Amino acid sequence: MAEPESIALTVDEIVVRVSPGTTVAAAALIAGSHTRLSIAGEPRAPLCGMGICFECRVAINGVPHQRSCQILCAPGMRVTTGRELAIR
Amino acid sequence: MSRAFDILVVGAGPAGIAAAVTAAECGLSVGVVDDNPAPGGQIWRNGAHLPASARRWKMRFEAAPLVRLQGWRIVDRPQPGTVRAQSNDAEFAPDAAARDGADLHYRQLILATGARERFLPFPGWTLPNVIGAGGLDAMVRGGLPIAGRRVVVAGTGPLLLAVAAHLASRGATIAAICEQASAAQIAPLMLNLITQPGKLWQGASYRWATRNSRYLTRCWPVAARGDERLRSVILQRDGKQWTVNCDFLACGFHLVPNTELAALLGCSLDNGFVSAGELMQTSVPGIWCAGEPTGIGGVELSLLEGQIAGLAAAGKTQAAQKLARRRRGALSFVRALGRACRLDSQLRHLAAPETIVCRCEDVPLHALRVHTGWRDAKLHTRCGMGPCQGRICGGATEFLFGWRAGSVRPPLFPALVSTLGGTQAPVVTTSPEETL
Amino acid sequence: MTRVWDAVVVGAGIVGAACARECAAVGLRTAVIDAAGVGGGATAAGMGHIVVMDDSPAQLALTRWSQQLWRELAPELPSEAEFESRGTLWVAADEEEMREVRRRQQLYASAGVPSEILDSRALAEAEPQLRRGLAGALLVQSDAVLYPPAAAAYLMREAIRMGAQMLPPQRVTALAHGRVSLDNGSQLSAGRIVNACGAGATDLLPQLPIRKRRGHLVITDRYPGFVHHQLVELGYLKSAHSIALDSVAFNVQPRQTGQLLIGSSREFGAEDATINHALLRAMIERAESYLPRIGNLQAIRAWTGFRAATPDKLPLIGPWPGDATFCLATGHEGLGITTSLATARLVAAEITGKASEIPAAPYFPARFLDASRLAPAATLYGEAVRG
Repeated sequence: MAEPESIALTVDEIVVRVSPGTTVAAAALIAGSHTRLSIAGEPRAPLCGMGICFECRVAINGVPHQRSCQILCAPGMRVTTGRELAIR
Repeated sequence: MSRAFDILVVGAGPAGIAAAVTAAECGLSVGVVDDNPAPGGQIWRNGAHLPASARRWKMRFEAAPLVRLQGWRIVDRPQPGTVRAQSNDAEFAPDAAARDGADLHYRQLILATGARERFLPFPGWTLPNVIGAGGLDAMVRGGLPIAGRRVVVAGTGPLLLAVAAHLASRGATIAAICEQASAAQIAPLMLNLITQPGKLWQGASYRWATRNSRYLTRCWPVAARGDERLRSVILQRDGKQWTVNCDFLACGFHLVPNTELAALLGCSLDNGFVSAGELMQTSVPGIWCAGEPTGIGGVELSLLEGQIAGLAAAGKTQAAQKLARRRRGALSFVRALGRACRLDSQLRHLAAPETIVCRCEDVPLHALRVHTGWRDAKLHTRCGMGPCQGRICGGATEFLFGWRAGSVRPPLFPALVSTLGGTQAPVVTTSPEETL
Repeated sequence: MTRVWDAVVVGAGIVGAACARECAAVGLRTAVIDAAGVGGGATAAGMGHIVVMDDSPAQLALTRWSQQLWRELAPELPSEAEFESRGTLWVAADEEEMREVRRRQQLYASAGVPSEILDSRALAEAEPQLRRGLAGALLVQSDAVLYPPAAAAYLMREAIRMGAQMLPPQRVTALAHGRVSLDNGSQLSAGRIVNACGAGATDLLPQLPIRKRRGHLVITDRYPGFVHHQLVELGYLKSAHSIALDSVAFNVQPRQTGQLLIGSSREFGAEDATINHALLRAMIERAESYLPRIGNLQAIRAWTGFRAATPDKLPLIGPWPGDATFCLATGHEGLGITTSLATARLVAAEITGKASEIPAAPYFPARFLDASRLAPAATLYGEAVRG
């Protein structure tokens, strides 16, 4: 993929470059191995890939509980995995 | 935001695309709501390997005069004739229109909500990289690199071969394809396919694409191993077990129809599927249903049903009836597919007592066993209380215990509190003073 | 052979479970019958707020005593009962409501319930998500939160441990003269029949002065730390007092899971479980008016439940003059979780003929019969509203 067409975003403060049309869930797996921690603290990653299972939840730009498999990467997006976190 | 349509279509997979295109070509105002970033549903998701017919339908869909709410999902039905939708990026979208919900008013509603995979719990199935068969396919089409990775594809149904073929074409090594059914169980489906050369050809091409991989019937995973992520899978066939190292286990046990919206709208269900008549009409006047929610039948049948529903909702009854005759002949495939994918009762014993069944709330099998039904288990263990609202564990507990999930309540999917409350009309609050 | 029970408790909600436990504890041969499992009715639908209320001296006495019983029981409760001593903040919007805060602080002090007045700044520090400019609040530290179905299941397990029997699920079709008739055609024979059917009590005893008062709740996803106390507007008292009108009030509860329960609504004349979207909207807007950012959180579910409302806001506990074998334990409206334990003590005392620990007469069902001699419930309500 030619450089101008790639999108740069951060996943847990790691810069990731992806092609347009890449889901945030794919970017999260490219950057690491999981998306959320379960309520008992186990790492989890996408299961259904289609917005049903909610295992792909991450925080995007500080907003928790986002279904990353149905959201496309955008330039400058800040993605945070592995935390049941944060209140705005 | 508020919009009114003659016909509103929910879902932009094959059935929804066919319904919307057909209805719009009748000259009516048509809106389409779909929760994925792009149209095509699960089976026609973006990426390589779309058959020519899929490309033709998608082009007609792009060309048709439709209002498309792509990346939106229906979360509630505030009143008859109105559904409320929310954008997937409602919480961080820069523009206000996406932040607010949308009330969509319709004269006719066509439900083409598709299906999801059925997942069965087994030790290790919650490890990262244990994923649905369709799930991994979707992730790869969504940009996940798969070249050079070792994948075990397992579960049941024709989807397994299609997924394996696609992943192989992207450079994945398919370590094994494990079909839980026996060859004898699948044979009648193959006979049915002989009457449909297109499908047979497709199946043969998938098998050709995966010719270097082992295709094993009566075979399934009994455990997934790994620490922070999957490292290996233990497979079982005829009582014999062996370990296969792999990066992904893509595992789905056929499909479960998405009937929650139909249920919320009051449509009758029969044995877990939406009851639909000859012209795809549901039990609620003005609401039609097409595709997998009426019976798992694949792309061709979904296209046919979508066209029937689109014509019937547009008032072109005769044209719809003509297509309905063709559909009658195709329904034998639904039955043959259902029988071919019937799950082996041994799969009920895959999960260990401590295996998580409800992934949202981390509820293990042993906590569920003592309960008499879905609602009792939900109240006392939190099974199904999480954000997936029982869509994943419900498919498992249906198979494991014969439980049917209970009543559907809004929001259909987690939605902003403000959207659930409604964003349109002026504020009407009963102040405490007025209640004195 | 028909087994004869000292007490058959009809209804396995939190009140029925508590009654069974208390009856078994005092040595009565006790059976419990319910059409479904434990805690599936209003017990499952409610918030689980253990709260002292002072609509009347009798209400204050019952809620205060029962809250003490909960606090004594708390160390025994299993973790899934999610008992947390959160405290309630009764939020005052203006100076008029602050006068009510001060009045209640004195009243609670005289009843031995400690509470603390927060001024505007202290309230903002305690709950930064609340809108600015509120006048203050009354903090009642002893109020608590629990998960009612799990608490009910615990009480039922205790009842069984002490000898009570939970009979297989079966709908009760009739009650009279020491006989409980079941859907399968069989009968139970009982010295006393405890009707603990909540809002369903009138199905078996239509002349009871109980009306269903439907409520809505919404639960959010997990947002730990968004609020710290159960937050209720002082206007809630006014809304809960009002008998005739549909109303909403700001009432938000943080759960141990980090989730928030958003209430509340009150509505007569609604018999089905469907959502009233106009009322839901009003309820959410009321919550947003106090917690401006609550609208930005994700809701997972909304549902309804039925409170068993009586005309004078007090439950029906004790003998029923029409049938000496009856003992009622219903009509708790929004306080069934709070007062279940005290209700059970009163029921056990009534059945065993012992003196009760607080005066039982204010809760006797006969208070309505004396006035009107079995008048239909609607008439009773009409009088109460006019009065």
